[in-house]
Amino acid sequence: MLLNLPRAATFAGEIDGLVVLVTWLVGVWFFATQIMFFWLMWRFRAGANPKSQYITGKEPHLKRWINIPHLLILLCDIVIIVAAVRVWVRVKQTLPPADDTVRIVGQQWTWAFQHSGSDGALDTADDVWTSDTLHVAEGKTYHFLLESRDVLHSFFVPVFRLKQDAIPGRTITGWFKPTRTGTYDILCAEICGIGHGIMGGRVVIASAEQHAAWVQQHSAVASATPTDTTAVASAGASN
Amino acid sequence: MSVKTIATQRASMNIPTGRLAVWWVLLSEIVIFGGVLASYILHRLGHPEWAEQAAHTNVWAGAFNTLVLLTSSLSAVLAHQAAEKGDGPKAARLLQLTVFGGLVFLIVKTFEWREEIIHGYTLQAGGFWSYYYTAAGLHAFHVLAGMVIMLWVANTARKNQELHRVENIGIYWHFVDIVWIFLFPLLYIAK
Amino acid sequence: MSHTTTVEAHAPAPHGHAEPNGFMKYLWSTDHKIISFQYMFTGMAMALIAGFMAYVFRMQIAYPGLNVPLFGHVSPDVYNALITNHGSIMVFWVAMPVLLAGFGNYLIPLMCGCDDMVFPRINRLSYQLFLLSAIVLLVSLFVPGGGFGGAWTAYPPLSAQAKYSLTPMGSTLWVIAVALEFVAFLLGGINFIVTAMNARAPGMRAFDVPLVVWFIVVASLLFMASVGPLIAGAVMLLFDQNLGTAFYNPTRGGDPVLWQHLFWFFGHPEVYVVLLPAMGIVAEIITVFARKKMFAYKTVIYTVIATGALSFFVWAHHQFVAGIDPRMANVFTVTTVLISIPIAEMCFLYIATLYGGSIRFTTPMLWALAFMAEFLIGGVTGIYLGASGADIFFHDTYFVVAHFHYTFYPIAIIGGMAGLTHWFPKMFGRMMSERLGKIHFWGTIIPFNFIFIPMFFLGLSGEHRRIYDYTHFPDLATPEMQALRIMSTVALVVMLLFQFVFLWNFIVSAFRGRKAERNPWKATTLEWTTESPPPHGNWAELPTVHRGPYEYATPGRDTDYWPQNEKA
Repeated sequence: MLLNLPRAATFAGEIDGLVVLVTWLVGVWFFATQIMFFWLMWRFRAGANPKSQYITGKEPHLKRWINIPHLLILLCDIVIIVAAVRVWVRVKQTLPPADDTVRIVGQQWTWAFQHSGSDGALDTADDVWTSDTLHVAEGKTYHFLLESRDVLHSFFVPVFRLKQDAIPGRTITGWFKPTRTGTYDILCAEICGIGHGIMGGRVVIASAEQHAAWVQQHSAVASATPTDTTAVASAGASN
Repeated sequence: MSVKTIATQRASMNIPTGRLAVWWVLLSEIVIFGGVLASYILHRLGHPEWAEQAAHTNVWAGAFNTLVLLTSSLSAVLAHQAAEKGDGPKAARLLQLTVFGGLVFLIVKTFEWREEIIHGYTLQAGGFWSYYYTAAGLHAFHVLAGMVIMLWVANTARKNQELHRVENIGIYWHFVDIVWIFLFPLLYIAK
Repeated sequence: MSHTTTVEAHAPAPHGHAEPNGFMKYLWSTDHKIISFQYMFTGMAMALIAGFMAYVFRMQIAYPGLNVPLFGHVSPDVYNALITNHGSIMVFWVAMPVLLAGFGNYLIPLMCGCDDMVFPRINRLSYQLFLLSAIVLLVSLFVPGGGFGGAWTAYPPLSAQAKYSLTPMGSTLWVIAVALEFVAFLLGGINFIVTAMNARAPGMRAFDVPLVVWFIVVASLLFMASVGPLIAGAVMLLFDQNLGTAFYNPTRGGDPVLWQHLFWFFGHPEVYVVLLPAMGIVAEIITVFARKKMFAYKTVIYTVIATGALSFFVWAHHQFVAGIDPRMANVFTVTTVLISIPIAEMCFLYIATLYGGSIRFTTPMLWALAFMAEFLIGGVTGIYLGASGADIFFHDTYFVVAHFHYTFYPIAIIGGMAGLTHWFPKMFGRMMSERLGKIHFWGTIIPFNFIFIPMFFLGLSGEHRRIYDYTHFPDLATPEMQALRIMSTVALVVMLLFQFVFLWNFIVSAFRGRKAERNPWKATTLEWTTESPPPHGNWAELPTVHRGPYEYATPGRDTDYWPQNEKA
């Protein structure tokens, strides 16, 4: 609903819902304030009001115009905080059981993705490494292991509404569950040098059957030509 | 050329201007050292193996330097007392003694660091040593700056002028002392 | 409460020395007014440079690959250097010098009834250091390897290691320039704080002090209490860059996130450091041109102090997705959303000041009112970012860029223009043209909105930051999105062109404007009681204060304003 951006993950709707909630609450205050502001400008223009009044701000009938909104804003803030925390905990502090795991490695200036292969286990001989294109299945819950080989990068998939910075020297875990098929952008959302502007990727969300077929096809190739996965994972971009 | 504005001579808060200024300077300095030390402490807690590196610091040199700084703070206090009594030349001599204390501190540090560097414990030798030299180096820089300003104040005080500055540079010197009192246990004793 | 001797109040001002002459006057002057002009003109010159940078990189975004007129082809490394230095310059070399040091230096002694700052030579030293920092920054753009291109936030490892940044000299000089600027402002801040606290005119109690002085003092305190850790961090970054240490290098036991904490612990209070002077300026202007006391003056001060204090506890909202412990994010979303409360209250108090007024829409008043309307957009869009769950999406998108331009631009440009047009008569002894002022105003404000409103929508569509060519990303390369980018760019060019109206007005008025009287706006604060422009030493006889700063429309009097120094 975020303008024309499709929702392709389970929590995308929750994040969009939070944005809509904030828009309503903030929108009401914004328009009320601007309208009051412009009305006062017009109502007390010098042309119609040659003399001004002596007002200190201690007058109770005027103070309540400050104190009541003050209290109402506090209440709105609490609503927003509760909603925000709920979404945050859902996306960043829970880890639903995984149907599959994928390793995502950012480096200057490309994304490498390690898929688990036919055996469904990561870090085995039949893993499928791709660069720039992540293949996932609709309806499956994925854990991702996010890493960087050099500087800070950030894994951002707008249609998932998901973002996580990648830090060299660490593996950061998160999750997502795709909800519609299609091919969409993966963007690097942390400036990472002169190639930051060409560090794009694509996520291919296929149906479970299509994804299984893709895995089957590429896994067979992967295990037929044994690759030293540790060399791939730890060496530079030599392949 | 003395630029003594009327503004400088006022005291709306009944505190001498110079003293008020020094306290605000110290506020910003506290946060600078606070930043370095907080970063160091957090990393030290996350890296228990740094304790082995810290064992190679020279506790005796550190302890001696602590004594030197404390003594120099004493002479700074005595200098202030002399200034209060209007005895500029005496205050100047005591300030010079304080500066001498700072000089001893820096000389001891020079020998201390020379030993450590010869043994391979350089700025780049690891996380602990990076913080050690940076924190102590920042402190040493403040000692040196304090010495320079103190000599300038002493030179003016000797002629019985601007005696109020004796107290102000003394406050700064006490602060430099107190920073060292934090550094010493954090860098030398915590093993 | 001060009881300075009456001798001072009645004797002619024995201001310590004669003013130097000629060229030396400008190079070595310790007069706070000259120093204030030095800061302001340097800041305005840097604004032209950073504005030109924005023109260049926006042309590249709108027409990728174009040979940008007056610049040439924009390669990716040059693009990164442009955006990095545009941001750095605008924050550190425009907003700070114009708002804090420029207006702080000019107004504090005058509004407090002093002949100068309490430490004029330290004041001069602070400008000299500041000028040096600006020179170092500009030099960094032209060294071999090019200018630093790691964004104004300079996150390591990119900023710490040349093999990643590819700009070893540029990176080092950038850090040095920023560190020098910090030291300059620490020195300047001492003067602002001590002069306002301790050197006020006889009779001027704390709550007789004009709001802009209060705000600048609080801003200086915020700066002094927050910049320390970043100075430490900058030293550590310099060591990583040049001495082989590994404070931020994870392959050798360091932590890149440490820099982020040190940076933002300062970075967040910093936005209030620049906001407060702007809000102070707006307060002075709306009281004058609505002919009203400030609504609940003391409460305004309390909200400012509350905002300042709270600003120390929100920093990690810049780091929600940076890899911090997710539980910490909850703490920071609470503090961040709650900081909207004192700020909203401040906003309402300002708006309430219009109630019962007699509002004159002069050029300064237009700028002050526009500040309120535009800053409100910046403020409310901040809530989207402070709500952690939503920030997962919005972080590092153009939504953020739009949000902070709706705060920073009102602060630096609108607030700066408000102050300049308001105090121009006092500073230069002449009036600016109202007609040109209004043309410039509308020619700035309308395009401003067309630059940044599109960016909210681009951000909502997933457009990420710091990219030199969006056609590289299929979902972002749609004709509709590119049309929005072009709209922003065209609006920017229009806005920049209108600034020539201001330059013309400023320069011509300074030499040939109608001569200004002492108090053309019929205002109550002390600066309006001396000549326009004030002489060296400000008054032949320093004023005494008898009342608060906003005695407008006081009952029982025939004039609608009652200057602070007038006897009862």
